[in-house]
Amino acid sequence: MADTNRTDQVTGYQTTGHEWDGIEELNRPLPKWWLYTFYACVLWSLVYFVLYPSWPLVSGYTQGVLGYSQRETVAAQLEAAQEAQKQWRDQIAAKDLSAIKADPDLFQFAVAGGAAAFGDNCAPCHGTGAQGFVGYPNLNDDVWLWGGSLEAIHTTLLYGIRAQNDDTRLNDMLAFGRDQILTRDQVKDVTEYVRALSNQDHDAAAAERGATVFADNCVACHNEGGIGSQELGAPNLTDAIWLYGGSREAIYESVYNGRMGVMPAWEDRLDAVTIKQLTVFVHSLGGGE
Amino acid sequence: MLDETNSEAEAGVERADVEAVNAKANREVLYADRVKIHPKLVHGFWRNMKWVVMGVTLAVYYLTPWIRWDRGPHLPDQAVLIDFANRRFFFFFIEIWPQEFYFITGLLVLAALILFLMTALAGRVWCGYMCPQTVWTDLMIMIERLVEGDRARRIVLDKLPMSGAKLAKRVTKHALYLLVALLTGGAWVFYFGDAPTLLVDLFTGDAPIVAYTTIGILTATTYLLGGLAREQVCTYMCPWPRIQGAMIDDESLMVTYREYRGEPRGRYRKGESWEGRGDCIDCKQCVVVCPMGIDIRDGPQLECINCALCIDACNDVMGKIGRPGNLIAYDSFQGLENAAKGKTHRFRPIRPRTLIYAGLIAVVGLVMLTALMLRSELEVNVLRDRNPLFVRLADGGIRNGYTLRVLNKQHESIRVALSLDGLEGAELVLQGHEGATVDVPTDNLQSLRAFVSIPPETAQAAMAKGREALDFAIVAHDLGNDRSTYNRTTFRLPERR
Repeated sequence: MADTNRTDQVTGYQTTGHEWDGIEELNRPLPKWWLYTFYACVLWSLVYFVLYPSWPLVSGYTQGVLGYSQRETVAAQLEAAQEAQKQWRDQIAAKDLSAIKADPDLFQFAVAGGAAAFGDNCAPCHGTGAQGFVGYPNLNDDVWLWGGSLEAIHTTLLYGIRAQNDDTRLNDMLAFGRDQILTRDQVKDVTEYVRALSNQDHDAAAAERGATVFADNCVACHNEGGIGSQELGAPNLTDAIWLYGGSREAIYESVYNGRMGVMPAWEDRLDAVTIKQLTVFVHSLGGGE
Repeated sequence: MLDETNSEAEAGVERADVEAVNAKANREVLYADRVKIHPKLVHGFWRNMKWVVMGVTLAVYYLTPWIRWDRGPHLPDQAVLIDFANRRFFFFFIEIWPQEFYFITGLLVLAALILFLMTALAGRVWCGYMCPQTVWTDLMIMIERLVEGDRARRIVLDKLPMSGAKLAKRVTKHALYLLVALLTGGAWVFYFGDAPTLLVDLFTGDAPIVAYTTIGILTATTYLLGGLAREQVCTYMCPWPRIQGAMIDDESLMVTYREYRGEPRGRYRKGESWEGRGDCIDCKQCVVVCPMGIDIRDGPQLECINCALCIDACNDVMGKIGRPGNLIAYDSFQGLENAAKGKTHRFRPIRPRTLIYAGLIAVVGLVMLTALMLRSELEVNVLRDRNPLFVRLADGGIRNGYTLRVLNKQHESIRVALSLDGLEGAELVLQGHEGATVDVPTDNLQSLRAFVSIPPETAQAAMAKGREALDFAIVAHDLGNDRSTYNRTTFRLPERR
């Protein structure tokens, strides 16, 4: 970079004296006030350094003499938000579930809070849209293993299913094949019968044999005709909804090895108001009874 | 400097010993000192135009919030009101909801196109006459002239040592600047609240803090930009001078010095012949009246805002020395070129560029007008659930969830019956409502959860045809005025595997 300014022949202007590979820069001066504005900004930042948190240090940062902290501001705002929600949360704590559903404003608050709590706690298994996965029920549909009324959902949330809780919902889908209660052929036959129950294509002869096996082993829980029982948490085998899949392989697997899905008891993890909000939210997803 | 008032040989023609602020000599340093400009008062057609435009624009700005417009009970009676609290924009008979913000976007597009057209036709008329920076700077210069006198007296005053009289003038001037600035900021907030109420509140201290803050900021910017920075804003801060080079062409009018007529320039003694010399007598009146402090005879330049005050100044001089006027005039590059060759030139306002701009303005204007005429007072926004896309039901049917936002823009409560169209055997359930009829309060938005389910037969028939989605409409029927809106949406089926 040469440092000799000269007069440019074409324009008649002075150059700044800067030159890169033969390209020179004409001097079109900035106004002085621009320069002073720049100095003023530098001065401003110096004052800012003193007043506000600015420089990172090895551990921590310079605090600034005003003691400003965004973290404290957020904490204060959170506290204010909780204070603002208090009247609603108190009402939810005091009222029973059907009363919450009947009050449009309270219902809206409960659904909004429930949706947030669902995202934090339930979505890992049930999905962000509560659409479920294989082995984790879809909460949008009209099929409920343990009942879809507000009270039933509330109970399931509080105590869980096969959870470590004294009041937990409990049943046993035995491993009929693995524990040698049924032979492999019997499991195959009952699989065909279950296929027949839900109007899927099946081997009629095998299904007929399976009906006897079903009557001897399954009706205790799944009921006559396989319509299931919400008291026992036994799924209805005649509908179109399959928690573990309705294919031959999936049904065979269910009968042979049994199924033992677990839902935690949220009583020990969440406060009562949040569980009530979750109840109302899940009930509002479209399948609530 | 005092020789400015010395008379030329011609009666009444003043000469000024002045140099343009952007003269080459001023460019030899890295940071340029600001050269103070003392624009001289000029009289003439364009100056009068500027007074008129200034009066009209300032009147529109200050008076608009005070126009009343009756809209009936419970609604503001201010003709132009941006109501942030209730999220409405009122403009005379038009009421715009936040959902209709595209009207504002369209208005801005229209404004930009009009600016382009104006520039293509007549150069920087925006800069010269209508830009707020120009209007307020002109106002501030007028105040300065009233307090401190015209150019010559201001130059003398600047040179005098500080004294009581000088201080008094300076204080008066800046106090008046600040008063204008305060009124400017003060008028702005009236667009955002009921003007008469807000005016009282501002004085009693009951106005919202944001009103005082806004007034404070606008007072500061008006004082700083209009009172102090003035031409520096146009030269260094504004992007428009840089952009407008692309907006003009050879036929665009702009304020130009007719070099072919003026050169060679030089002093003129009475009785001398005009043969072999130009009409420019180098009196520099064009420079002293220029609010940008430049010399128009250097040709078109970035600093020139095309305010045409130099035309008035030059015509005045030409009249006094008995030469034809318009040595400086609105002319185009093509016009100058033709005239220099002795050809006549006729201004061509109709060219492809202006036709395209005008066409675009017409199209955008028509689209906006149509949208405004056709917009409905009952509006339904349908938001289809995306998670889950569909829900399989126990009987094998399929259900989709929707969020409906029903907007009632009428000033009375309405009953709306919702139904489905184009989905065989489908059933509609509104959460929290018996049946499918809902009340929507006046001037309000009702949010509804809607579940649409189709029977297994419909689902299977569609899926057998390879469909993954069905088109249908949610119909909202206003039971009051018997009008319906159709809202097209889709119904998702399970994906084919």
